[in-house]
Amino acid sequence: MSYYFCIIGSRDNPLFELEFGTSKQGGDGIARFPPEARQLNPFVLHASLDVVEEVQWINPQMYLKRIDHFGSSQVSCFLTPTSTKFLLLHLPHPPNTSPSLQNHGQNPHMFPPYASYTTSAPSSSLLTRASATGGAGNAATIPTNPASPQAEEAVRLFFTEIFEVWVKSIMNPFQSINKTLSSPVFKSRVLTAGKKFL
Amino acid sequence: MAAAKAARVGEEVWKTRIDKVNAELVTLTYGTVVAQLCNDYDSNYVEVNKQLDKMGYNIGMRLIEDYFAKSGSQRCANFKETAEAISKIGFKIFLNITPVVSNWSPDGKQFTLTFEENPLADFVELPDDGKAQDELWFSNILTGILRGALEMVQMQIEAHFTSDVLRGDETTEMRVTLLRYMDDELPPDDE
Repeated sequence: MSYYFCIIGSRDNPLFELEFGTSKQGGDGIARFPPEARQLNPFVLHASLDVVEEVQWINPQMYLKRIDHFGSSQVSCFLTPTSTKFLLLHLPHPPNTSPSLQNHGQNPHMFPPYASYTTSAPSSSLLTRASATGGAGNAATIPTNPASPQAEEAVRLFFTEIFEVWVKSIMNPFQSINKTLSSPVFKSRVLTAGKKFL
Repeated sequence: MAAAKAARVGEEVWKTRIDKVNAELVTLTYGTVVAQLCNDYDSNYVEVNKQLDKMGYNIGMRLIEDYFAKSGSQRCANFKETAEAISKIGFKIFLNITPVVSNWSPDGKQFTLTFEENPLADFVELPDDGKAQDELWFSNILTGILRGALEMVQMQIEAHFTSDVLRGDETTEMRVTLLRYMDDELPPDDE
């Protein structure tokens, strides 16, 4: 699983972005987005803001769960009370392998090139591959199937942790609200949270 | 011995005679002041340090009266006793911290205050402009407070920070030097 995490301010302005990979199942924490996906990711997240706007007033929770998908990429959202959005895009694939390699043999001309456009659940080939390599159990489902309750719970814990460190960061008097978060401390805290939960 | 007594007094006064306020209020207020100064002086951090010291000086001159009124402590016999009183009574009753007094110079006129915690600097990360890390002493108001307070009780001191965890140092330390005791001097042109 590769992750692309982004914080969007209350005026839909990007404040922070970070790519990382899963650390579960022996993953090395490195994001393996295909080059095309890396360019698309910000657009995918931006597009999902429309969905956030739709659900934000009907859902009393801060954690809005999975709100959108594009190809096999899923987007989860956490909305703070001041309308700052934490968006997490997850692209499922077994740890330490590149997703583009797997799909290459099947259909090199598929768009988006790294996954099928139609399903929100991961393709069966991914699932079988994961269970073959990673074995069964709770941990196996997190990096391969973002729809599973375990994965949703993991993302919730991740967001809750981020919320906490984010609050600490914006309490810094030198940090302007709704300005880019460039603090290296915050970045490393996000990475730690990613390592811990995802 | 003096240290133990000072610690007892500090603890007692802190518990019984001090109005408490929310820590975030203090932290955010002070942080805003420093950030605003940095803004106003266009990130001229040397000048910001100076202004903070000046503000502290003005606070210290008043605070010393409050200190004696609340603590009821007596004149200190020597500078070592003064140092203990600063750490264990002064900082205790106003900030609820007791910086460690150490590293005395042989002549007993210089010591180091090591701040294990610093309520003024919670949440703070210095601006990442390549300058603040080397030039800004975020808590510099404290040096001014000590200078102002001690000047009102006939001690001329010099105080400056030598390290700060905000800059990535291991500890936050302030060096305090006694310059002289000011004995009932006449004002300069009062002949």
